[in-house]
Formats: sequence, C-alpha cells, structure tokens
Amino acid sequence: MEHIELFFKSIFIDNMVFATFLGMCSYLAVSKKVSTAVGLGAAVIFVLAITVPLNWLLDQYLLQPGALTWLGEEFADYDLSFLSFIMFIATIATMVQLVEIVVEKFSPALYNSLGIFLPLIAVNCAILGGSLFMQSREIATLGLAFNYGVSSGIGWFLAILAIAAIREKIRYSNVPPALRGLGITFIITGLMAIGFMSFGGMLTGGDEEEAPVEETTVKVEEPKKDSEQEKVVANNIKVNE
Amino acid sequence: MGLLSKKDSKLILDPLADNNPITIQVLGICSALAITAELEASIVMSISVLFVMGVGNVVISLMRNVIPSKIRIIAQLIVVATLVIIVDLVLKAFAYELSKTLSVFVGLIITNCIIMGRFEAFALANGTWRSFLDGVGNALGYAVILIIVGFFRELLGSGTLLGIPVLGDPIEKTGLYAIGYENNGFMLLSPMALIVVGIIIWVQRTRNKALVEDN
Repeated sequence: MEHIELFFKSIFIDNMVFATFLGMCSYLAVSKKVSTAVGLGAAVIFVLAITVPLNWLLDQYLLQPGALTWLGEEFADYDLSFLSFIMFIATIATMVQLVEIVVEKFSPALYNSLGIFLPLIAVNCAILGGSLFMQSREIATLGLAFNYGVSSGIGWFLAILAIAAIREKIRYSNVPPALRGLGITFIITGLMAIGFMSFGGMLTGGDEEEAPVEETTVKVEEPKKDSEQEKVVANNIKVNE
Repeated sequence: MGLLSKKDSKLILDPLADNNPITIQVLGICSALAITAELEASIVMSISVLFVMGVGNVVISLMRNVIPSKIRIIAQLIVVATLVIIVDLVLKAFAYELSKTLSVFVGLIITNCIIMGRFEAFALANGTWRSFLDGVGNALGYAVILIIVGFFRELLGSGTLLGIPVLGDPIEKTGLYAIGYENNGFMLLSPMALIVVGIIIWVQRTRNKALVEDN
C-alpha cells in the first residue's frame, strides 16, 4: 500500500515538472519533437532509478548524523551531511557517464538524436532534485527509494511527452508572434500545471485542502464582531498558516 | 564607464535584456520558478547565484588550462558544489528560516544550467577578469527576472512586499481592501510562476521584434 501510494503521489501530485519545476531547462529545450522527448524521458527514468537508491545508501550509511555507527561507537556523533551535495553530484555524474557509454554502444541513433542533452542529464535538476527530496522527505527503505526514483522519473517522462505532443500540434496554429516558441510553451506548461493540481486530492479525498479554506470564509463572514475578537481570529489564522 | 572598456561593459549589460539567461537562453529556469512566491526568497536566491557564478567563473577560468577536457564536467561540478555548500552553510547560520523556505533549491544551484552553461561557453575560453564580468552579468540577468516575478507574485498574492503590507490590511479592511480588493491566492501557487514568466517573455519580445522565434 505504501508503495502504491508513493508511486501515484510522485507521478501525479508531486510531479517534478508541474509541482516543483525540476528539470525545466531540458524539458523546454528537448520538447520540440515527440521522438527525442521519449528518448530523453527514458534516459531520465533510468538515471533516476539508479541514482536515487544509490544516494539513499550513501545518505543512510555515510552522511546522516549518526550514520557512521556501523564503523564503531566512537563515530556515533559524526555528522557529514554537509557533504551530501558533493557526494550526490559525484554519484550522478558517474552514472550519467555510464549511461552515455551504454546508450552509445546499444543505440547509436538515440545517442545521436540526444546529442548534447545526454551529458546535460548530469546537470538536470530533476536528477539531483530527486536525491535531495529523497533526503529531505526521509524516505524509509531502499525499496521505497527505488520506487520514488522510478515513479518521479515516470512523472517527468509524462510531462515532457505531453508538452512535446502539444508543441507538435501548435505549429499549425496562429500564435501571436511575440509569444511563439518559448512564451507559449511556458503558458501551456502553466495551464497543464493547473490541471495537475487537481490530482492533489487523489489520495486524501481532498480532506487536507478543505481545512484552511473554511477558516478564511469564517474570517470574511464575521466583519461585525468586536475588533479584539477579530484580532484573535487573525492571529489564529496566522498561526495556522 | 571609466572602469570598464566598452567591450567589457557589454558583458554585463547584454545578459540583462537581449541575451537574458532565463528568457532567451532558456537556462536556469527550475530554481527561478520554484522560490519566487516571496520577494525576499527571490533576492536571497539571486545573491547566492551571484556569488556562486562570480567566484565559480573566476576559479574555472584560472584552472582552464590544467583541466583535461574529458573530466571537465566533473571538475566543474566539484567547484560549483563546493561553492554551494559554502552558501548553504552561511544561509543556515545567518538566515535559518529563509534556508527552510528555500529548502532543496539552494542545493539545486549546483545543477542550475546557467552556471554550467557559462562555464562551458565562456570561462573555459576566456581570461579571469572577463569571466568574472560575464558571471556577474549573467547572474544579474537571472536576478532581474527572479525579482520581477517575485515582486508581482508577492504583491498580488499576499499584498505584501518583503513581508510588509503595502496594499492595506486585509482583516481591518484598510487601503485597497476597503474598496473590495481581494488577495489573489492563486498567485502563490506554482503554475502562476510559469504564466508570469510567459508574460515577461511576451512583453520582452513585443518590444524587441528581433527576438521572435518561429513556432
């Protein structure tokens, strides 16, 4: 159950592109054709599926405060978490290099069509972001970390596939000149992001979202009460926010 | 411009408008969008990027003759990661609340494509002083967009600037709120960042027709 929940949550609700804007640069640059978009998307899923679990192991056994206890009791209060950026990025850069070699060997056509963007996966924020979110959300087990990597990769893949399909169609429509290309892509992405927000209630049934809305309506409906009470209400709202 | 020659000042001024890293080169968008719900966060992020870009470009241009081209990406990443760790620790020490707001996005400066892009395109081929100017120029271009987006999102979304209410008090009904104005909470949500940047691009390209792309 935990796995299924995390899977759908990272694809739809916490979608890398639409909720946190990770990997936008390559998302915008490679989304002109569906075929290249699919290639890059697949590469991102693959790299995420490898690097997130690897970085989870690094985080668990090397970087977290107290992670070094397996070396002996005297290492218990070491905290190497400031090193996590360097360790994560080194893992990612190595893995990207490996993927590059594999792709070049087995699919030269894909390798050529991806061109400069394959090495740029190393600096795709979605990849590092995956690892950093894995760390900050304290994902509990190796299996969940793998799940998180794959599913957020799938979310990214879905986003780039959708925008590439839309951009192929939009070539035939009459966009205002100044908006052509980048501008309209931004705005479409914004609209898609609004669409994806509707997945927010998928797992909670919308319960989480309801609470703050009710409070603001209470505030609006009670303008005639004593000003002191109003201030109490205002303070409560501030605290709740 | 006594200090800078004409060619040098172009390095700083170009990225501010006609060669802006975000709206024209399409680099560094991820972090630009995610942290702009508040003006303060945008400014702090801009300063962090300014520091990393300026120092990083100098370091890379000093090292450019000794880095073998095959491992240059890893070398560049290590330089950036070191600088970002410094920024992260400084933020945690002096602005802890803000570093919580920025959360993982300080770390994501490492993968900010502007930085890698400028290293690749400029610092590896140019001298130290020019690389420094180029870094500062591009970071300022990034900052301009971030601050514009942050300004509008905070102003329209919560009626404040840098946390100070400027449109009156929504609870006491003063200022603009007295005549029925409401905060547009939608501006604080992530999709609006994309749309605001889209509008900035629209305005920019309407003013300068040379930048218009075909579909």
